[in-house]
Amino acid sequence: MRKVTIDGSLVTNKENLRTEALKRQNKIHPKKLALWVGLVSLVMMFTALTSAFIVRRAAGNWLEFSIPSIFFVNTLVIVASSLTLHGAYVAFKREAALAYKALLGLTFILGIAFVVLQLVGWEELAASGVPLKINPSGDFIYAISGLHALHVIGGIAILLVALIMAFILPMKVTPARQLRLELTMTYWHFVDVLWIYLIVFLSLQR
Amino acid sequence: MASAIITAPVSRSEGLIQELGYDDHFHDHHHGDKYQSNFVSHYIFSMDHKMIAKQFLITGMMWAIIGGLMSLVFRMQLGFPEESLAWLQPVLGKWIAINGDGIGSLVPDFYYALVTMHGTILVFFVLTAGLSGTFSNLLIPLMIGARDMASPLLNMLSYWFFFISGMVMFSSLFLSTGPFAGGWVAYPPLSALPQAMDGSGAGMTLWTISLVLFVVSVLLGGINYITTVLNLRTKGMSMWRLPLPIWAFFVTAIIGLLSFPVLTSAFFLMMLDRGVGTSFYLSDIYIGGAALDHVGGSPILYQHLFWFLGHPEVYIIILPAMGIVSEVLSVNARKPIFGYKAMVFSILAIAFLSFIVWAHHMFMSGVNPFISNFFVIFTLIIAVPSAVKVFNWIATLYGGNIRFNPASLFAIGFVSMFISGGLTGIWLGNSTLDIQLHDTYFVVAHFHIVMGVAAFFGMYAGVYHWFPKMYGRFMNETLGKFHFWGTIIGAYAVFWPMHYIGMAGVPRRYYKFDAFATFGHFDGLNKFITIAAIITFGFQLLFVINFFYSIWKGRKLTTQNPYNANTLEWTTPVDVGHGNWPGKLPSVQRWAYDYGKDGREFISQVEPVGEDESPVH
Repeated sequence: MRKVTIDGSLVTNKENLRTEALKRQNKIHPKKLALWVGLVSLVMMFTALTSAFIVRRAAGNWLEFSIPSIFFVNTLVIVASSLTLHGAYVAFKREAALAYKALLGLTFILGIAFVVLQLVGWEELAASGVPLKINPSGDFIYAISGLHALHVIGGIAILLVALIMAFILPMKVTPARQLRLELTMTYWHFVDVLWIYLIVFLSLQR
Repeated sequence: MASAIITAPVSRSEGLIQELGYDDHFHDHHHGDKYQSNFVSHYIFSMDHKMIAKQFLITGMMWAIIGGLMSLVFRMQLGFPEESLAWLQPVLGKWIAINGDGIGSLVPDFYYALVTMHGTILVFFVLTAGLSGTFSNLLIPLMIGARDMASPLLNMLSYWFFFISGMVMFSSLFLSTGPFAGGWVAYPPLSALPQAMDGSGAGMTLWTISLVLFVVSVLLGGINYITTVLNLRTKGMSMWRLPLPIWAFFVTAIIGLLSFPVLTSAFFLMMLDRGVGTSFYLSDIYIGGAALDHVGGSPILYQHLFWFLGHPEVYIIILPAMGIVSEVLSVNARKPIFGYKAMVFSILAIAFLSFIVWAHHMFMSGVNPFISNFFVIFTLIIAVPSAVKVFNWIATLYGGNIRFNPASLFAIGFVSMFISGGLTGIWLGNSTLDIQLHDTYFVVAHFHIVMGVAAFFGMYAGVYHWFPKMYGRFMNETLGKFHFWGTIIGAYAVFWPMHYIGMAGVPRRYYKFDAFATFGHFDGLNKFITIAAIITFGFQLLFVINFFYSIWKGRKLTTQNPYNANTLEWTTPVDVGHGNWPGKLPSVQRWAYDYGKDGREFISQVEPVGEDESPVH
């Protein structure tokens, strides 16, 4: 069976039909809502850790030091990756194949760069006299940034899938593909904003 | 394709759905085979919410039997320390030590392991997964008029994460060092220090892995329940027309979504302490005169993180039971639920308050007594929405034409248990009374009655009530009534005496009391409790037999709406297939509780409001 979307193009696949139907009803797609709900649980996870940080700090026996400068540089890296991903999304909607693939690839590389630079940041922290197991204050930095990095690695895996799709599939905007890209983007922006929260939190706590 | 749907309506509600329902072109897509085609996709890796509900229920029942048997073993040791348990040796092996007189008794370490496992299994596997997993899955799509969950795949994964989590926990029972034995709350240092006791090594590692998998299961399920309720309600099903169980499951999922990740964080830091050697929870500890490497950790920090989940968790357990009871009471009293909106606002108030009372579990752990005051006040305020709910249940029953079947009996029993257990909660919420009562059998009695037995009663009410929807047959009513009376009398016989023991100061989790002359005169009471527990457990086997017998041999369901109930699940066909409604989706015209309105016994939710109908009930 065939149906026509709002902008007049033909869609055939079931997932596309469903997405179109939801658009007409002006309702959020259940998969998007599910992702947002899932992100709330991740927010709670990191809220717990930063709250534990505050509680533990108030209890004394706490080593004060400044966080590695490379963490700040890295903030720019992950913000840049969010911008390039957004650029890729805009290019996708315009069916600009080259820009779409290039920007998606760039995002992927920036994501990997972020994780590598976090490792460098850990080394900088350890070299400045705060290796693991010296004091909970340092351990919290490793734990929080480590858990965040794990979530970034999850995002990199998703970006890799998106990248492979971008090179395999012919350039064509379908509601299902657009939805997938939007979900990827939401998650990636989330780990970006999460890092900004963490770096601001850790800076203010010094 | 569409030929399959157009048949003459067999009931009034089916006719109304054909006439007024919402056509979502369900049969335009061919997807029957994906769900029903072969044994594996139908019974094992099923993506149909009704099958997943049955999987959660039966797995939960298996765990309930295992966890229940564990409690009988340690109760026998506690009640009859002089009797020989050597007959358990074929099962428990080296965990039964036989002394010179030939008396076999439970190895103390394993006693603690059994207590720990009993708590973990019952709280998480039975009363969280088995209760809200079963009924959220079964009822959310059926009661809101949806084809299935928002994501059937995540739903399937939710069950299988639960299953694997259970398998990991089960395998820890067979370790040579035994399963984790530091209590279900897993406080450091027993949990954070692998060398603390036998179970703290591999046992604790498996315990943590199991619970992290369990959290994943709860989150996948919860994301689905929330999304489904918000996004897939059928036409006309506004939030204020939702049946109360759906409100309860929805809020339960929100609580779980906000609190379980905090537990993951707590475990994450614990794993670092155990594996890497950090000192989040471990302060300076000396073992055999030598100091460990750990410096400057705080065990209280873990307690804060744990109870930030732990307290909401008890509402994750009790809210679904409350929702089920509200529905079962209203249907069987043939009266609208009293104070529908008050019920919803109470659920929301309880959910909100559950997040700001966690430190009442820590009054005696060394938290600042001034901070305790705040937690005392908020804890006592929870009594207000709880009392509103109890009042409304009683008011629903009052003057009703009550049908006394097993489901309604268990629902009434729930109210009784909730009152009894709730009242002792007001005692325990006071930080001053806690000086005497903390860590005694009073606490054990309180939480077993208010969230253990009460939640079980809600679960039984739900199983008896919706069994025909699950299996197309009824459970045996006579056996069900025996089950009810045995359980309610037995449960009170087990837990009522514990209040007295607890008030006298007898501590929980002790292997034996022969070192304390003052506790000697409770030996008789302890024996009585053990005997009562064994008999009560026997009555639960009656339920298990009834359950499995009825799946194949029970009285067949022949009508669509056997209870004359209003909610949408009773407008589906008797033999309900994937997608729940064969043709159009029902369109909802009214709330779920029009019983006895304008002289009519019940008015289904799919029936439009008549012109001459009274505006209010």
